[in-house]
Amino acid sequence: MTGSKIITHLILICGAIFMTLPVWVAFASSTHAPETLLREGLQIWPGGHFLETYNEVLFVEGGVMKKVTAMQMLGNSMILGVGFAVGKVVISMLAAYAIVYFRFRLAVPLFWVIFLTLLLPLEVRIIPSYKVVADLGLLDTRAGLIVPLIASATGTFFFRQFFRSVPDELLEAARLDGATAWGFFKDILVPLSKTMIAAILIIMFVVGWNQYLWPLIMTTKEENYTLVIGIKQIYQVLSEGGELPQFQKAFALTILATLPPVMVVLIFQNWFVKGLVESEK
Amino acid sequence: MSGVKLTGVRKTYPNGAEAIRGVDMDIQSGEMIVFVGPSGCGKSTLLRMVAGLEGISDGEISIGDRVINKVSPSERDVAMVFQNYALYPHMTVRGNMSYGLKNRKMPKAEIDARVEEAAKMLKIDAYLDRQPNQLSGGQRQRVAMGRAIVREPQVFLFDEPLSNLDAKLRVQMRIEIKKLQRRMNVTSIYVTHDQTEAMTLADRLAVINEGRVEQMGAPMELYTNPRTLFVASFIGAPQINLIPVQFDGTHLVNGGLSLAGFADLPRDTDLVLGVRPDTLSVDAGGQFSVRVDLVEQHGGENLIYGGVTAAKDAEGEELEICLKADKEMLPSIDDSLTLGFDPATAFVFRKDTGERLK
Repeated sequence: MTGSKIITHLILICGAIFMTLPVWVAFASSTHAPETLLREGLQIWPGGHFLETYNEVLFVEGGVMKKVTAMQMLGNSMILGVGFAVGKVVISMLAAYAIVYFRFRLAVPLFWVIFLTLLLPLEVRIIPSYKVVADLGLLDTRAGLIVPLIASATGTFFFRQFFRSVPDELLEAARLDGATAWGFFKDILVPLSKTMIAAILIIMFVVGWNQYLWPLIMTTKEENYTLVIGIKQIYQVLSEGGELPQFQKAFALTILATLPPVMVVLIFQNWFVKGLVESEK
Repeated sequence: MSGVKLTGVRKTYPNGAEAIRGVDMDIQSGEMIVFVGPSGCGKSTLLRMVAGLEGISDGEISIGDRVINKVSPSERDVAMVFQNYALYPHMTVRGNMSYGLKNRKMPKAEIDARVEEAAKMLKIDAYLDRQPNQLSGGQRQRVAMGRAIVREPQVFLFDEPLSNLDAKLRVQMRIEIKKLQRRMNVTSIYVTHDQTEAMTLADRLAVINEGRVEQMGAPMELYTNPRTLFVASFIGAPQINLIPVQFDGTHLVNGGLSLAGFADLPRDTDLVLGVRPDTLSVDAGGQFSVRVDLVEQHGGENLIYGGVTAAKDAEGEELEICLKADKEMLPSIDDSLTLGFDPATAFVFRKDTGERLK
């Protein structure tokens, strides 16, 4: 190994440590007893309370919140993440299909209207959105949690760009082969977009999983909390009353909240990279 | 089997551009017609109008006895082979070939039988389970043809199918397409800008220029008897020699060049004399002399390019003449050759309209 290679590796290793150390400290601290954390501060080495803490957080009622367990919150987050990602892909693919392949008046202005909604993120339209969802009676429901978020200008834009790069001859060949509009979409476009769909699903799952503001104002009942909301709430719960603060549980919850997105990216990273760089046409 | 009939077919785009300006054509059943012309002449548009991929602004197209102006592409009973093959990249060869049949709700056993048969005929039966990106250009071309064949259409449409192949493969596929078409005896329309392909494949050739059919006929008829300047200059390789001339009552004159043997031509207009390189010959008693500039040896024959000092071409440069000679004829550069031709084999056109006068 040459000198420059060693230096390169040293820099990369430092970077890796810098990025992962906080996560590691959170994990290590979550495996200690609350007294240790209170007395000695954050821990760099794992302690002996791993099973105890995680069992209580995940499965025991009242272990982390008053009623809901982390397991239920994981489920809620999963539903939000998957529903959010799938909904976005379905809606934006259909929108892009209409914009690219159907000649109707105002197709171009409509596309720009969709694109301009990028300027209006949820935070800007949160009061009207809340009002609409409330009037529809969807407060504290899963539909109310997901539906207002699934329209996606970015997704529509990506799919539009992708569809426009598909050669016209494929459409013409399919027309001669007697494919209907739906047939062309289902038999040709969707399979061609496979890697693209995977990449967008992954990104959107992580984005959906990390949604904070909307679930926070949407959900009032504990059993509808997502993990991200749970983390926020647990500090309130912890500081209430005169008991010893259960910081190890907060850390455990944080670790649990980061695990699924990490797993998704790790497992699907090949697809993810392919979707971003490859064009198989 | 059925023929194709085009009556007064026009295509005008919404912005007013005219792509096709009135085409009448009667294609017999089983005939192979080649549309040939320079790029942008409308030949592909015309083909796509038969396919149903472009609308028809005016006129009528019928296949057999059925007017198909308003019939959707898939119900016209035509199959098309595209220039870039347009294979579905995510499907296997079998998938590509059977997709159209599946859409027609054909029973699976029959689809399989047809695909196997077509694959055998095209010698791609070993690749049926591969995907297009695992095939070479020639194999992809065969798959594209297979996809057309399995549909057993009334009409085959080919849109420059060989232009993405290398020269050797192109010749080979050209022969195969011709054989296949003979064997299946299906009415075919083939679009190309390559005049060799056009000459060799066509039963009849339609030379298209600026949205009109300039002339239609058997390849040799167009070669020996072109109706316009455009057809004469487009058909034939090496290209016909075109010499701008004036008629003085007895001779065709260009500067110091004066050619006898012509009569009954208008005296007051610019004319163009067309002489095919293979009708010129070295002849001591010939009509004009050239200075040899270049000799191209093609193996079986030599092409001799020479300048006629006394005459100018259409751009005002020295007139350049091409002569096709046999392989023993090897003059040195700057030699002087005296050339002659039989005026009966030469063509005379009006320069302004391109109309042939003789």
